[in-house]
Amino acid sequence: MFKYLFAKAEDIPAGSAAIYFGYSSIVWFVIGTGLGSFNAAKLAFPDFVTGSEILSFGHMRQVHVLAVILGWISMAFAMAMMYITPALGNTKLWSEKLGVWNCFLWNVGLSIGLFGLWMGVTSGREYSDLPWPIDVVVILGLLVPLCINVIMTIKTRRTQGIYTTNWFFGAATFMVIIVFTVGNSPEFFQLTGLTEAYLTWWFAHNVLGLWITPVAAAISYYVVPKVTGNPLYSHRIGHLHFWSVVVFYSTPAAHHLMSAPLPEWLKSFASVEGVLILVPAIAFVSNLLLTMTGKWRMFVENIEIKFTITGVLMAIPLNMQGGFQQTRAINWYIHGTGWIVAHAHLALLGFSTFLEAAAVYYGLQTLLRRKLYSLGLANFHFWMLLIGFTTYWVSMTIAGLIQGAGKIYEVPYIDVVIAEHPYMIARWVGGTMVFLGNCVWLYNMYMTAREGTAIPVGRLPTNVNRIIRGGNYRGF
Amino acid sequence: MDRQLSFGRVGGFSYEDPFLQGWGKPITVQINQDPKTGAAIESTRAFVYEKDVPFPNGIRHPRILGKKPSAASESKGRINEASEDQGAVFIVREVVEGGVMIPYIENATATRGWLPTATLANASDSQRLHVGKGKIMFVREGCWWCHTLLPEQTQDWQYFGAPPMLGDFNGESPTAFGSDRKGPDLTHVGSRNSSREWMVMHFFNPRLVQPHSIMPRYDYLWGEKDVGGNTIDYDGWRAAYTAYANGESIYPPEVPLPAADSEARALIDFVLNLK
Repeated sequence: MFKYLFAKAEDIPAGSAAIYFGYSSIVWFVIGTGLGSFNAAKLAFPDFVTGSEILSFGHMRQVHVLAVILGWISMAFAMAMMYITPALGNTKLWSEKLGVWNCFLWNVGLSIGLFGLWMGVTSGREYSDLPWPIDVVVILGLLVPLCINVIMTIKTRRTQGIYTTNWFFGAATFMVIIVFTVGNSPEFFQLTGLTEAYLTWWFAHNVLGLWITPVAAAISYYVVPKVTGNPLYSHRIGHLHFWSVVVFYSTPAAHHLMSAPLPEWLKSFASVEGVLILVPAIAFVSNLLLTMTGKWRMFVENIEIKFTITGVLMAIPLNMQGGFQQTRAINWYIHGTGWIVAHAHLALLGFSTFLEAAAVYYGLQTLLRRKLYSLGLANFHFWMLLIGFTTYWVSMTIAGLIQGAGKIYEVPYIDVVIAEHPYMIARWVGGTMVFLGNCVWLYNMYMTAREGTAIPVGRLPTNVNRIIRGGNYRGF
Repeated sequence: MDRQLSFGRVGGFSYEDPFLQGWGKPITVQINQDPKTGAAIESTRAFVYEKDVPFPNGIRHPRILGKKPSAASESKGRINEASEDQGAVFIVREVVEGGVMIPYIENATATRGWLPTATLANASDSQRLHVGKGKIMFVREGCWWCHTLLPEQTQDWQYFGAPPMLGDFNGESPTAFGSDRKGPDLTHVGSRNSSREWMVMHFFNPRLVQPHSIMPRYDYLWGEKDVGGNTIDYDGWRAAYTAYANGESIYPPEVPLPAADSEARALIDFVLNLK
């Protein structure tokens, strides 16, 4: 990677940036889930590793969250954008060199930021934990170059019209810059009190709503038609999805603060907009599932489709929860409990991770022109992720319902802690399965780069390729 | 007013305290002697900003303080005369205007000649609360990942106390409400449990006072020396505690008292001050 930072632009092979982003994202995924597993162990067994400030839960929780969001998810997004955007525009990435630099700055900036966070240098605001100098690095070094590269690639496309995926990519890279800038404005301008609290949750909500959810969906809009060979069921529904995400998902921030003394109209507005999230959700899920028509066999046989459709199916419970758990009728019961933790993992580890994993699997094979080293290990990874996640999700949902019941019956809090203990152990087991699955994935992709069977041009089986090259078209 | 005056300017990353060590924060004191004259006065809570400790932004901001309190703070409290280069001592006072009680901030350095150093010297160690530094510890150590500072709606209020009102957080940053509760809400914890001894044991090892607690041990906040200047023998303590936890000894080892400038002391001051 380093040799390309100062190489001539024409000497950098196409796809380099995407490959670096792909491998970086997997490494960050291993780190992020490893931290998650470690943290979960501390919640299950409080005397596991004590006496050290940097290995305490309060110092590591936010590192886990941001390593996963900015390391794994966002870098996998960048990887997907750097090979899907040019592919859909029938062109090359606008600047491969900018892409390589972007990946370099991303790894360096994120490492510095997370190291500081680990040492306790934090802004004290959930999800926007990074102090503002690091936020500036994130905006200028990570997000702006990505946005320029994606939008310029779309602009220099050689196709007529823009496919749905690229709508989402272009818009999301632009919106995430706004989200980061506005969301961190309390630190830039030292805003205080409820203004600060509201903007904290405005950031936290929109980094999901205007970045993670739309980009993850956009990836599946590419992967499913591409791998199955079916055309997208409806572009018009895709556009409905796009516009309703932008309109409805950008406003419900106040539903995270239903018990804070915010204006009541703002909470009600946020709550209604929150239910309307079902519009893009239903559009997305139905569009993708109908695209699968006639190819459901691949859900079982093809690893990329297996990941993608699992992710799409998880969007159903995700949005049913997301749409209704923030209404006043339900929110007071489950807010601040493990239910929300389960929901957040359903969004990031369930829905979005499965879609990105498919993009990374598919993209790295295409870009490296190598077949996966081991399909068996990939299937093992899939099942470790799915079973591990499900264990986590079910146990935390139950723990959340226990906490909710404890809340309304005014049970002494320690009894809630005791009742939750078995589910804390289950959460740790589930998280550890995910971590181990990812270690296997990293090994599998490393071996793919080294020893995977080379794929000749056109991604056709060797003998077919030989026949075509030989000019013998018999049987076609 | 109380919150922002006791916490200082920013509770997270800031110029004056980039590594969240609790630098550049005010000290809250409870005094019953006039620091200038030495005469006995009724017990007063004063917020001591030593030289170069930045003031919270909100104290001179009419939108944060409210129009009338802001005007009273200027006219009666002479707050505009306070300067960070000199340091200042603030107290919260009230005035009745047209039958309405209006709180305002008084710059006691200007109105009464209370100098920060004299005010601090006037207060004994037990009268000093390192609330500003404690807020930094609360944020840095991630207490708010498990303890909320915002009771949920309805039933929660009966268990954890009155919900906050509009304006309660004015001038405070970060608010550290927390979102994921794994321990009890702490909004009014100082009213439920005001025992410093309990807090000392609980922070050192929560299992000493609550066997089922899943809270981490915060013994590392004690630093190297205890209040008497003796080096704390952590390994010895842990060995003795393990023996106690295994049922090999009847009594747990004695918990060392935190030194006055230790991070543990500041955190305990902050928590006891949450009322």
